[in-house]
Amino acid sequence: MRIIINYLLVLPIALIWSSIVIADPLKVGYIYIGPPGDHGWTYEHDQGRKYSVNKLGDAITTTYLENIPENADAVRAIRKLASSGHELIFTTSFNYMDQTLEVAKEFPNVKFEHATGYKRADNVSTYSARFYEGRAIIGHIAGHMTKTNTIGYIASFPIPEVIRGINAFYLAASKVNPDIKIKIIWNFSWYDPGKEADAANTLIGQGADIIVQHTDTYAPCQAAEKAGVMAFGQASDQSAFCPNAHLTAIIDDWGPYYAERTEAVLNGTWKSQDTWHGMKEGMVVMSPYHTGLMPSKLIQEAVNMEVAIKNGSLHPFTGPIKNQAGEIVVPAGSVADDGMLAGMSFYVEGIDGDIPQ
Amino acid sequence: MNIDLIFSIINIVLIATTPLVFASIGELVTEKSGVLNLGVEGMMLVGAVTAFVTLVITNNYFLTFLFGMLSGLLMSSLFAFLVLILLSNQVATGLALTIFGIGLSSMIGKKYIGTPIEGVNPYYFIILSFFVVYAVNQFLYKTKPGLILRAVGESHISAHAQGYNVIKIRFLSIAFGGLMCGLAGAYMSIAYAPMWQENMVAGRGWIALALVVFATWKPGRALLGAYIFGSVSILQMNLQGFGVRIPAQFFVMAPYLATIIVLVIISSDRLRIKLSAPACLTIPFFRGR
Repeated sequence: MRIIINYLLVLPIALIWSSIVIADPLKVGYIYIGPPGDHGWTYEHDQGRKYSVNKLGDAITTTYLENIPENADAVRAIRKLASSGHELIFTTSFNYMDQTLEVAKEFPNVKFEHATGYKRADNVSTYSARFYEGRAIIGHIAGHMTKTNTIGYIASFPIPEVIRGINAFYLAASKVNPDIKIKIIWNFSWYDPGKEADAANTLIGQGADIIVQHTDTYAPCQAAEKAGVMAFGQASDQSAFCPNAHLTAIIDDWGPYYAERTEAVLNGTWKSQDTWHGMKEGMVVMSPYHTGLMPSKLIQEAVNMEVAIKNGSLHPFTGPIKNQAGEIVVPAGSVADDGMLAGMSFYVEGIDGDIPQ
Repeated sequence: MNIDLIFSIINIVLIATTPLVFASIGELVTEKSGVLNLGVEGMMLVGAVTAFVTLVITNNYFLTFLFGMLSGLLMSSLFAFLVLILLSNQVATGLALTIFGIGLSSMIGKKYIGTPIEGVNPYYFIILSFFVVYAVNQFLYKTKPGLILRAVGESHISAHAQGYNVIKIRFLSIAFGGLMCGLAGAYMSIAYAPMWQENMVAGRGWIALALVVFATWKPGRALLGAYIFGSVSILQMNLQGFGVRIPAQFFVMAPYLATIIVLVIISSDRLRIKLSAPACLTIPFFRGR
């Protein structure tokens, strides 16, 4: 009798326990360089994370660690996620590259996804977006909109992604406006609102009437608004902070990719791969064009460019393209291949100054 | 080089340097009384977030700066209680205060990130910063309470023997440091770059600390040091913008390099630095001794 009672007591517990084991959701981890509220780079990654949660529901739980510096701290943060049962980990900044690989070696059964990098392993995939497609469109717009023919460009670190953006922007801008000059300030930081505002104000002081940024906060856009010049938002729509300056923004949409890769782990179909999606796949999106600032003809041109990039009839890096020394790097009639784009470390002809080495 | 450009450069230098002036002058007074508070960065962050949140809620600039300063005061009072009453180690407590401030400010500000606000004209604070430096200098070197404060920093035992309340004087000096750091933080989130972003002080608290040493604990020199640092960092941006072909890393390094060089020159005279550094810096005081 007593045994039966014991069984009766234990049975529900055992049932609950086993059901927990069966329904144990997949744990997915994210490493962010900034806070999700930066309204820039990290914000969009967090939107992507939320999208995957909405899509896959109870099958997954997600964790994110924010403000992780791109140094040895990143190793600890990634390891923390890997050792606490996370089976898929997204590391969302370029300089987490070696750290991701280091931890991946220790945890062969955990899958890693590193954003914007180029080093892969059996359990490490890389993914990036073709931001340069958007840069070409804002270059085209800037070429038409500038009155001083001077563009101020705030850059972060001299990595291929940023250099590619500068080149794509300049190629498109100088095509519509051969007199255009681009002034570049390297801030050597992704995230310092004060410094970004200083850089924007410096460029405006030097005659720039359009500010382009490749840093993560909306300080440059805000500085442009205050000085009465124009700007492009970065990574997400920043028009709320600079309604009279914000021409458009290049938005990164990671959601579908995050959902797809998480689902692949759930189905057991995850493989190490390199993904580089652009406007065609919807990973790069333009935010609404400013109808008050931009003439409708220009908006139409920008929309046409989007269509042309999507259907493949327009590639921002179409030859002939020369480097600063005047040597042809992409011959007429062909386009830069992905290998060249991924490792881009030169300015195209017409840009003044050197890339910091 | 036209005149507009020069004015624009001066304008940016003034705007960018002011938080360093406030924070370093506050820390200077704290250190003059013999207490090293490494929590500048944390107090600035808490000041920045408190000011921002106050502005979003009340839309009143007076309250914004008042609460920003008071939050710095509150943080520094916590530090003062730990190091003066509980006699904890000043270096460790200061570091803890910074770490605490980073976490606390992120937590308070979480809900408010990305709220658009109307910034305030930085010039009120730029003018105020010069006035504060002048006033602190006059206070420290021209008034009796200033003399007492310095005496406490030089030899707390003698000051105690003279009948001065060392704990109270140090508490007030730390509180002033907190007020100034709170103001520096509020200036950053309301006037400099009107927004709240986690960690937006981005190391300026540490630069302010270095500036105090650079200034050999003299208010005028702290102002000068802050402006050297600010000018070099803005000039490097201008040179980059003009496409001057010097490696950009050099430009980014330049303000730190300039600060270090001056620091080396100043400290080369060992006696001089010994004379101007408060003799009781970081040494705890308790009445029983």
